Amino acid sequence: MEQIKVHTLADVAAGTRAKVLRVSGRGPVPKRLMEMGIVPGVWIRVVKSAPFGDPIEVRLRGYSLAMRRNEAKSIEVTE
Amino acid sequence: MSIDPTHNEPAAVPAAGSSYSGIAADIVTIAIAGNPNAGKTTLFNALTGLRQKVANYPGVTVEKKEGNWKFDPESPAARLIDLPGLYSLDATSLDERIAREVLMGRMTGLSKPDLIIAVADATNLERNLYLVTQLIEYNIPVVIALTMVDLAEKRDLKIDVEKLSSMLHIPVVRVKTREKAGLSEITEAVRGVILEEKPADPFWIGEAGNGSGSPAEEIHLSLSDDEAANRQIFARYRFISDVYQASVGTFDTERANISEKIDKILTHKFFGLLILIAILLLVFQTIFTWAALPMDLLDQGFGALGKSARASLPEGMLTDLVVDGIIAGVGGVLVFLPQILLLFLFISILEDTGYMARAAFLLDKLMSRVGLHGKAFLPLMSSFACAIPGIMSTRTIENKRDRLATILIAPFMSCSARLPVYALMIAAFFAGQTVFGFVSVGAVLMLAMYSLGIAVAVAVAFVLKKTILKSPPPPFVMELPPYRIPNLRTVIQNMLTRAWLFLKRAGTVILAISIILWALMYFPRTETPAAAADDSTVARMQLESSYAGRLGQTIEPVISPLGYDWKIGVAIIASFAAREVLVSTLSIIYNVGKDENEESPTLIGAIRGAHHPDGSRVWTPLTALSLMVFFVLAMQCMSTLAVVRRETNSWGWPVFMFGYMTVIAYVAALLTYQGGKLLGFG
Repeated sequence: MEQIKVHTLADVAAGTRAKVLRVSGRGPVPKRLMEMGIVPGVWIRVVKSAPFGDPIEVRLRGYSLAMRRNEAKSIEVTE
Repeated sequence: MSIDPTHNEPAAVPAAGSSYSGIAADIVTIAIAGNPNAGKTTLFNALTGLRQKVANYPGVTVEKKEGNWKFDPESPAARLIDLPGLYSLDATSLDERIAREVLMGRMTGLSKPDLIIAVADATNLERNLYLVTQLIEYNIPVVIALTMVDLAEKRDLKIDVEKLSSMLHIPVVRVKTREKAGLSEITEAVRGVILEEKPADPFWIGEAGNGSGSPAEEIHLSLSDDEAANRQIFARYRFISDVYQASVGTFDTERANISEKIDKILTHKFFGLLILIAILLLVFQTIFTWAALPMDLLDQGFGALGKSARASLPEGMLTDLVVDGIIAGVGGVLVFLPQILLLFLFISILEDTGYMARAAFLLDKLMSRVGLHGKAFLPLMSSFACAIPGIMSTRTIENKRDRLATILIAPFMSCSARLPVYALMIAAFFAGQTVFGFVSVGAVLMLAMYSLGIAVAVAVAFVLKKTILKSPPPPFVMELPPYRIPNLRTVIQNMLTRAWLFLKRAGTVILAISIILWALMYFPRTETPAAAADDSTVARMQLESSYAGRLGQTIEPVISPLGYDWKIGVAIIASFAAREVLVSTLSIIYNVGKDENEESPTLIGAIRGAHHPDGSRVWTPLTALSLMVFFVLAMQCMSTLAVVRRETNSWGWPVFMFGYMTVIAYVAALLTYQGGKLLGFG
């Protein structure tokens, strides 16, 4: 059986889609991410990163969201 | 003073049972809630028209927007409360906490709403429904206003409104606020609920993701345990997915995504930045050129008003107070109103189109190097025109510490009121000089002054974020809303609301300080010597012996290391009202009549010719430079302090701002003057 490859949204290349496994960490920021619809099972596409490499733009549930790489690191995904 | 910025937040939550403070029971209260960018404000404006007022919720800086809505010809108009834009009601941010208090009927002066209009953007329904699943738990009837349906239709997005309504157990109404379509339907739906006294039909989403949950003791907040709270969020989204799949037809989300195509250019690594710079240049160029005429007119208007007031009122102290204190003082600030209006107009347009979020996206990395949020960028840029609208526009920054840091450094941006000071100093001491044969010294100095302000601002922000405003790197999770054509009405109303707030908030304090400064320069009265018949001499002698004059002489030992004599001291004291007052005060002191402006040859001549009692010159180019440096860095603007007081809801922060900026200005001017002398200048 093939092992599911787990990494974070920060590692996902621009233009690629990934499926959310979970949002790690505690406190208001992971919670906000989940409230914005980043829950297990949802597909996210990384659109691009800003001119200086950070933040990144992602698209999910038909809308666009910007977040810093630091936040993206707490989102575990599989491709 | 409260250095801890979180200090006054708990005060935002009034004690339970403090509601129903004498509100007539038959007045219906309706709350409008919805995600940011969902068209909430547009709907609010369409329903209330101009009958709205903006204030703050007691004890906090969250804006409370309220209007009257005649939803039924027979009943008294309803109180329509426009809640802040929300993604959730879980009370993690101050806005959410306030909204929760309102919905629970715990906000002082507001009874528990009789109905909630939940605004949901049809083009972004899934995420918008998240808030709706929370709103239906408050035991208040909810009506959904489905906005942007025209945009959804353009994208072949078909929403089965009946299905949506039956699954959520609440009425759903389509509205196209731009064409005012759907407004009568929403009125009808609201009237139906209110007049027929339909009870709320709350249901709670259980962990299975259906309506089988039970009401929690304390809505949402009972979920203190992280895991349980997460499961609740997942359950809501499972429920939403079911509702969404059943009521929304499939469509290609990516094909219809025009905003992403626009962003290929507007947030492009290279062109994006170029366009941003071009937009900003255009905005500021326009502000300076378009505002010049109305500003001149206002200036002349207040001048004429002062003259006619003097002519028609009997001579005496009261007239002097009205003319020199009130009209001149308040007029001096109101002159900046055209610039403020224009800046707010552009901010409103940039916000309403969705571009503002892109600007923050482009620049966040740069701003985060000094610990600021990407959204701090625009307030800081605005402060080059005037710190007041800049500080007021920091409201878009949610994190309180980030917002405070931005407020505290905003006045370092060289505002337009400093221009007359720079211009006078350059005209008097550096006119016609060039470096490298072709670059004028004036232009170099001007650029140096603007750069000095920016450099100190960056350094102070860095220090603040490492010390008293220390916080972990602020989270940056920001929606990039789809590009939209701005709604003219919303834009204009936004602009007028901000301008009115400026007038109201700054107005009272400006008036008070104008009167105090006037009194300092007016009292005690000197006997007019018969010989000195000419007005300017009388004015000068009066100023010399006034409290302000004495104060100038008192502080002379303190300011002489900066290269200033007591006369410059008086001018600096006066310019704490507003920086440009320096020019008119110097005119009075040097006896050239107060109507002189910064290009006046007489004033320049008087400044150049001023001598100390020992015969040496008061002013050297080094003095001028030292004074310019002082003006770049010192907090000399009572209106800004008044606005900071309002925006931070404390006297502590404006006092701190005044203190630390004055110290920095003093030290920098001292280094400039003494350093320059050591190097052999002056």
